[in-house]
Parts: sequence; C-alpha cells; structure tokens
Amino acid sequence: MPLERKDILDITSLSVEEIELILDTAESMREISERPIKKVPVLRGKTIILFFYEPSTRTRLSFDLAAKRLSADTLSISADMSSLVKGETLLDTAKNIESMRPDAVILRHAFSGAPHFLAKRLKASVINAGDGTHAHPSQALLDMLTVRQHKGRLSGLKIAIVGDITHSRVARSDCEGFIKMGAEVVLAGPPTMMPKGIEILGARVAPTVEAAVEGADVIIMLRIQKERQKSFSMATEREYARHFGLNRQRAALAKKDVLIMHPGPINRGVEMSPDVADGPGSIILEQVTNGVAVRMALLYLVLGGGRNADVD
Amino acid sequence: MPMLIRGARVIDPGHLDRPSDVLIDGDRIESVQAAHTISIAPGTAEVVEADGLWLTPGLIDLHVHLREPGQEYKETILTGSQAAAAGGFTAVCTMPNTDPVNDDPAITALILEKAAAAGLVRVFPVAAISKGLKGERLCEFGELKQAGAIGVSDDGRPVMNSLLMRRALEYAAGFGLKVISHCEDLHLAEGGAMNEGALGTRMGLAGIPNAAESVMVMRDIALAALTGAPVHIAHVSARESVMAIRRAKEDGIPVTAETAPHYFTLTEAAVEGYNTHAKMNPPLRSDEDREAIRQGLADGTLDFIATDHAPHSILEKEVEFDRAANGIIGLETALPLSLRLVAEGVLTVEKLVTCMAVAPARFLGLTAGVRPGLTADLTLIDPQKAFVVRAEQSKSKSRNTPFDGWSLKGRAVMTIVGGGVVFRE
Repeated sequence: MPLERKDILDITSLSVEEIELILDTAESMREISERPIKKVPVLRGKTIILFFYEPSTRTRLSFDLAAKRLSADTLSISADMSSLVKGETLLDTAKNIESMRPDAVILRHAFSGAPHFLAKRLKASVINAGDGTHAHPSQALLDMLTVRQHKGRLSGLKIAIVGDITHSRVARSDCEGFIKMGAEVVLAGPPTMMPKGIEILGARVAPTVEAAVEGADVIIMLRIQKERQKSFSMATEREYARHFGLNRQRAALAKKDVLIMHPGPINRGVEMSPDVADGPGSIILEQVTNGVAVRMALLYLVLGGGRNADVD
Repeated sequence: MPMLIRGARVIDPGHLDRPSDVLIDGDRIESVQAAHTISIAPGTAEVVEADGLWLTPGLIDLHVHLREPGQEYKETILTGSQAAAAGGFTAVCTMPNTDPVNDDPAITALILEKAAAAGLVRVFPVAAISKGLKGERLCEFGELKQAGAIGVSDDGRPVMNSLLMRRALEYAAGFGLKVISHCEDLHLAEGGAMNEGALGTRMGLAGIPNAAESVMVMRDIALAALTGAPVHIAHVSARESVMAIRRAKEDGIPVTAETAPHYFTLTEAAVEGYNTHAKMNPPLRSDEDREAIRQGLADGTLDFIATDHAPHSILEKEVEFDRAANGIIGLETALPLSLRLVAEGVLTVEKLVTCMAVAPARFLGLTAGVRPGLTADLTLIDPQKAFVVRAEQSKSKSRNTPFDGWSLKGRAVMTIVGGGVVFRE
C-alpha cells in the first residue's frame, strides 16, 4: 500500500494510520542496511534531488544513503553552489528543477514554509528535510520508530523534551507525532526559550526540568546554540548546563529504563553531560541508524515503489 | 457644464442626512435642495439620476504608498491615483519611503508635479522625519512645508530614538506639520514575520508581540503629553494600543489614531498556508485585537480608517514567507470592507463617513461637506452593489490583496474632485 500523498511536509498533515504505515515500512527497510549487498532495485530509474539551502551533514547523508539503497539516482545541491548566491529566487529555482523532471525533491531550508511553497509549484514529490523553526518530519518519525522499537508501543508513554523549544523544529514535530500516537509530551527549558501558545500542539509545559523528566519514559534533549546569547535568551552556557542541562542526578528522576535521545549534533557538557550521552539508556546512535530506515520508507512510499515492486 | 446629482441620500455628518438634489457649478457646490425639487432647463447641466445612492463628502485616505519615485514597477502616482479614484477617494496622503526618500523639498515638489499631471485625486505628500529615514537627524521641516508637505513620518520604520521623536513633535508643531508615527519597537519585533501566538508557534514563524506596537504608542503619548504637541498614530493593530489611546484621550492628550480595513476584517488565521498576502507590518492579530479595533472605531478612540495601501509586485510576494514584503493594496477594497461594519451594526453610516471623509479632512485642515459654497469633492456610493473582488482587475499596478475572490457589497460609482468626474463606473 503506497501513501496516497505527493508530499511529506510536516507531521500535522499525517494521519495516525499514515504514521503507522511509515513506521511499519521502516521496520522492514532496516534489514536492508544489514545485508552484505545493501541495495534493492525498487526505485531504479527514479531521480531524487537533495536540495539543501541550509548546511546539514547528518540529514543529507541519511537521505542520500536511503535513496541509494533503493537504487534511485541522487544529486545534491547545496546553498553555496546553488544559483541562490547569484540571486535566483526559490520560484525560479523550482521552475528550473521541474524542467529536469525529478521524481522527488528533498528540501532543507532556513525559512519555515519553504517546502510548502515548493510543493504547490512542483509536480515532483517534496519531502521536507527541515524548514526553519517549523517542522522536521523525518526526524520525528525516526524518533518514534526508535522509541517504539525499545518500548513496543508509543501510547501511554511520558516523553520529556528539554531545551530551546522556540527555535526547534524537532521539538514541534516530535510533539505532534508522539501526541498523535497517544503519548504524553512534557516540555521544559528556560522561559526565554518557550514560545507563546506552544500548548496548541497538545503538550504540557513543566515549570522545571526536574518536573518534566520525573517519571519520564523518554527524554529528548535539544541542541543549544551559543548564538542565543545575542537575543538574550540565555546568560552563559555554563549556567545553562547547571540549570537546564541533563546530568546524572536529573536523569535519575526518570523511570529506571528511561531512553535518552538527542537529534544531534550534541554540545557535550552544555545540554547534556558526557556520562549521560554515553551512558546506559542513551540511544542517540540508534536514532541515526533508524534515520536511514525511515527515510527509505518515506521515499519508497511516496514514490509509489510499492505499486510495482517488492522490497524483497 | 454644471452637474445635477438628483435624488441621492446626502450624508453630511452633523449637517444633513436626507435624499436631496445637489447642483455643482465649476469646482463648487452651488446648491443643495430636497430631492427632485431643483429644476433646470434641458441641456444646461449634466443630470445624474441617483435615487437609492449615497452622496458623501469625498473620502480621504491618510496613509498610502504610491512608490514613486523609485519603485514605479509597483505603483506610480498615476496608477495609484486611478486606484484611489476607483475606490471613491478624492484625496490621499503619500508616505515618504520612496527611493529616494521624500526628505528633500525637491522630492516633495516632484510628487506634487506628478500628481498634478495625473490630474485625478488630490495628493498630499508626507515627508520624512529623519534624513533617509535613518533616525539620525531631523529633516528641514520648514522647507518641506513650503514645498507642500502636510506632515512628517518615518513610516515603514519607527523613530527608535525618543529624543529625536520629542524634537520632531516640537519642531513640527511650530510649522503646523502633522507627525505620523509608525509605532514599532524594532528590538521586540526583530526577526518576526507574523503575530506572536499559538498559530505562529505552530507554523514556526517568529512572532511580533502586541507590545512591540503598544510600548511605542505609550511612549509617543508620553511625549505628546510632555511637549503638548499633537501626535498621530498610524495603522493601529493591537488591543493594548487602543486602550492606551483611549486613556490618553480621556486625559486630554493631543493624540489621534487610524486603523486599516484589514485589522478590523482579518485575523492572523489568514496567514495559514504561509499566505504572503496576509503578511503585513504591524501583523494581523488575534480575534480579541480585531474586536478591540472595531470597538475603538465605534467609540471614537480610533479617528480614521486609512488603507496603508502598500503595492508590491509578485517578485516581493511569491517568495518564502520570511522573505516576503509587508503590506497589501487597499484603495479599492477599503470602502466595501468598511461598509461591512455598518451592515454588522458596529458603525452608523454617519460614523463611517466621519472616519473616512470628514475627520481626515479636519486633520488636514480642510472642510469636507455637502453644502453650498464648499469645494465639490464628493463620492457617490451604491450601497447595494454586490460584486466579487478580482485582483487582476485592480487599477493598481500591483495585485497583492488577501481579498481576491471575496464577495462584497457597496462601492463607489462616481468620484468627483473639484467638480470634475475622476471616476465613473
């Protein structure tokens, strides 16, 4: 069964059934990456453009690997080599891309809504690989896959997300995804990093990090950027680490079998102490592995590979 | 040839509200009599049969951007004048953020020259408060006044320096120039693309809080109180601003204020789907704000309805939301959108005509009315005329309106400036 949609733009527009289909498909994709020959022919002859207006190593690599393991042809455009530097608008870029007849465009962009803009104007599928502070659906899906793999379920779990919620597209997509699947999401961080009206996503805001992680099944820590000092959102990294970072004492407030996650890259010693990042319960590297599987599932489902080919 | 407008309901707030005949001779109103009582010899005057229509003093828009000089691809003084006339406006005030900025008497004179050449509506230039809108030093208000400016504003940008604002109020008052303040704290608004709140948070768009506007409204009120010089607050969008202005008026502080049709018609919900035609500065706000704006118009806290007509080409609007230019065109939709307030019982017809014609005229030191001896600047309105807004049919050079496709009722069918017809449907 393929997904009956052209684009994957955000979690908001995905139904519970669609999320389940993506996660189930990702489960079967995971096995392909363990084979000696890590390639199946399901997307042979498909062209996928990786369009990264914003620097990214992990997500781009992950999508690229996913596409190649399904035998699609990929080509990669990054901001520094694109016409953007020559002053071309996203609209003109879109028209030019369209003329090359790609089957899918994977877009990373610094501005919220850019994938929606492109999706309205392209016949090709658009997959959002992160837009501004809006959404990062493939990250949320891989987070859900990773948690489901460990806990066997998502519903009824308590998920704590801690850090700079304001600037985090991961937090928004995780919130929407986990809540859709029946989990409870509690947010925490300095009030300067908690956006107004975030409760609209169905999450609860805890007064302290301790209150958020207490009894949690999963703790997702977000990356803190030093630039936030410029907008007066934090005083110093040192103080942030002491009051809002995840150390062993705080992690001990959670359930014994708590899972510790992070979308990467980690600022060791700031949002997370090294002993927690590398300690028991940390599944940060499994997230990366699952990232490839989830992105394989997305490409496979969106490009309709299921209609005429089989994964095996 | 003289013109006789026969049978229209004349709405001249405080003076007359009944079906009448109005005879115009030259640039003046010659006579106003009860409906169907003026008789003229055939062929001696053009007769306009206007039973069922409304005749009001000419509408005046205190806040438009005509983009000339410098951005003629968006609008020119000619096309802007055509849009104004088609919207029922007989006069507009043009903001100074052109390229070059209207901070020099030569630019003011150029605008007036182009307006005269267009020969449609009256164009009153608003010059800059600070050279280049940079907020660093005062423009030559005396010279600008002599060249024809009616007021000063750094519109598009706030005057962040409170001392400069104080001096601008004092200096302008001495020359009888209006000071129009674009209230925005740039630090609070930094990076913002829409109203701050739950919707912006979900869409991942950085927010502009109400306080970015209201703290500056409160500052300007304090400066007006300090100096005794009047201040006019442009495009009010936030509930807290309305409250501050209401309180200031109760205290006798010389403050006036305008709002725009989009602030009493739309809310931030229009941004959904990253619709750049709903992006403006100040941003569309919440339901409570829209309600406060309506209340402010109804109780007189807000004196005027002005459009903030801001033409932009597709180049500035068909882009990522964060990159899109602020503002929408408004001259041709202002009257029908404002008539909705009458239909919904928010404003009486008299109040509407006051907000759009009589009060703006008084602000400019003019007398607007439908009375013998006054200049014949008049708007003839068909209040029943139902139509669908078609952006591509706009007289403006630009198409950036969120009201494309809306079904509205009531619009101008004739616009008369100085006794001459400048628009006729």
